[in-house]
Amino acid sequence: MILEVQNLHVKYGSVRVLHGIDLSVKAGEIVTILGANGAGKSTTLNAICGLIRPSSGEIFFNGESIHRLPAFKIVEKKITQAPEGRRIFGTLTVEENLDLGAFTSKKQDRVKKSLEWIFELFPRLEERRKQLAGTLSGGEQQMLAIGRALMANPKLLLLDEPSLGLAPVLARQIFKTIREINETGVTVVLVEQNARIALKLAHRGYVMELGKIVMEDTATSLIKNPEVVQAYLGGAGV
Amino acid sequence: MSLNLEPYTSKSLMEQFFTQLTNGLAVGGIYALIALGYTMVYGVLKLINFAHGDLFTIGAYLGLTLLASFHLADHLGVATALFVLALMVMGLVGIIGILLDRVAYKPLRTSPRLSAVVSALGASIIFSNTIMLVFGPSPKVYPQGLLPTQVLYIFGLPIPIMRLLILLASIVMMIGLYVFIQKTKTGTAIRAAAIDQDAARLMGINVDRVIMLVFFIGPALGGVAGLMVGLHYGQINFTMGWIYGLKAFTAAILGGIGNIPGAMVGGLLLGVIESMGAAYISNAWKDAIAFFVLIVILIVRPTGLLGERVAEKI
Repeated sequence: MILEVQNLHVKYGSVRVLHGIDLSVKAGEIVTILGANGAGKSTTLNAICGLIRPSSGEIFFNGESIHRLPAFKIVEKKITQAPEGRRIFGTLTVEENLDLGAFTSKKQDRVKKSLEWIFELFPRLEERRKQLAGTLSGGEQQMLAIGRALMANPKLLLLDEPSLGLAPVLARQIFKTIREINETGVTVVLVEQNARIALKLAHRGYVMELGKIVMEDTATSLIKNPEVVQAYLGGAGV
Repeated sequence: MSLNLEPYTSKSLMEQFFTQLTNGLAVGGIYALIALGYTMVYGVLKLINFAHGDLFTIGAYLGLTLLASFHLADHLGVATALFVLALMVMGLVGIIGILLDRVAYKPLRTSPRLSAVVSALGASIIFSNTIMLVFGPSPKVYPQGLLPTQVLYIFGLPIPIMRLLILLASIVMMIGLYVFIQKTKTGTAIRAAAIDQDAARLMGINVDRVIMLVFFIGPALGGVAGLMVGLHYGQINFTMGWIYGLKAFTAAILGGIGNIPGAMVGGLLLGVIESMGAAYISNAWKDAIAFFVLIVILIVRPTGLLGERVAEKI
């Protein structure tokens, strides 16, 4: 297991958001977390990244306990996130955003290689490298958010709603790229509102409701599961 | 350009204008250095550090103390002594800045923003009263006869050498800071943390370290500005940080709070406006003119001259 989350509890002040999450991810997998708004999907990702401190429970990355580490140390362990809403640095250039993604990297030749790879995945970013990131279109901003998260050569990439606000064509393109990224050996945890597209891409999936995991299965079974179809795939079947 | 040792007297209108311009630029450079401290801290923490003016005062007093107690000028010669003195003041005031953050602001990081503002005002009162208790309530005078008093003529127009030095020193520091912020990895990390702290954390940036650095650089520049005022005007007092702090705050707003080049432009501009106003309107109205500028900018362009150049797309 590359990632193991055990009995994770998170509180915001006195409000309990996660009530004992267990999930595990094998190296090389794409795992998706489905669920309605407010189910606690983003909170789970942010707890893994160290942005939120769990009130109890444990998180292991390659067997090493990471839930007490600050966020910047977790990046050094090669876990990165493209967060919800992209959170790119709008008043910095595309290139500066990407450079920041490699903030923890010491080796310049490695950084250069990552940059070449990202420009291969997203040629648009190369065309716009000198432009301020805030002037990019929504799709380009999402490419930048993913590219920036890849600059640190992550072993585990967390993606929070990468298709949010994108036209279907763009969303498909982004998902195709996520598969390409996964095929290079990067393990992916994908949080997604668009359950259909996510389950087509993922190997396995978890379903969250109100801060709990209520279902766990392979993606091919989930996509046929009547409850999942009813709740997340629009009820009409695939 | 020729070095002329004759005492300087104002003769023509052109000369008067030039004198006001250089004087305004020198004062403006000092405002700009202080304003950078306000704007950098605001950029990262969205907090107006109201104790910043007192850090400037501490710089002036520390400069005097170090100059007098170590006899720096006797040992090193005037030029080296001033350089060493500036470095010492910057380092010490920078450390005081870090301590200020640790004691007064860091415990309130997750509290409502107003709590930190109240804490800042409290820190300001503590600083100015401590200075008064240590150095006494009466003004102090920097040793005279130590500094060069010659006047330089540029195309026949006079400028005292000290004023030129102050202007040059502040410009060199501003360029240095600008290059550091724009071109280095650490500088980019500071800019990133100012835009979005959590996103910066996700890049692997240690945001606490960035805040510490900002609380070193800002006070260091404010402190050296205090030293410059001492050297330029000769006299310092424990309340000087109040009015200089307020003017620099005006300069930071004028340029666009949170914007580093804005603080530089705002400071220089405010210095010149104030100096021109004092010369051609009335010297008594000097402070009023500066604050009139603040009111106008708040009405006409609240984001400041260089503020918010790019709207963020959601």
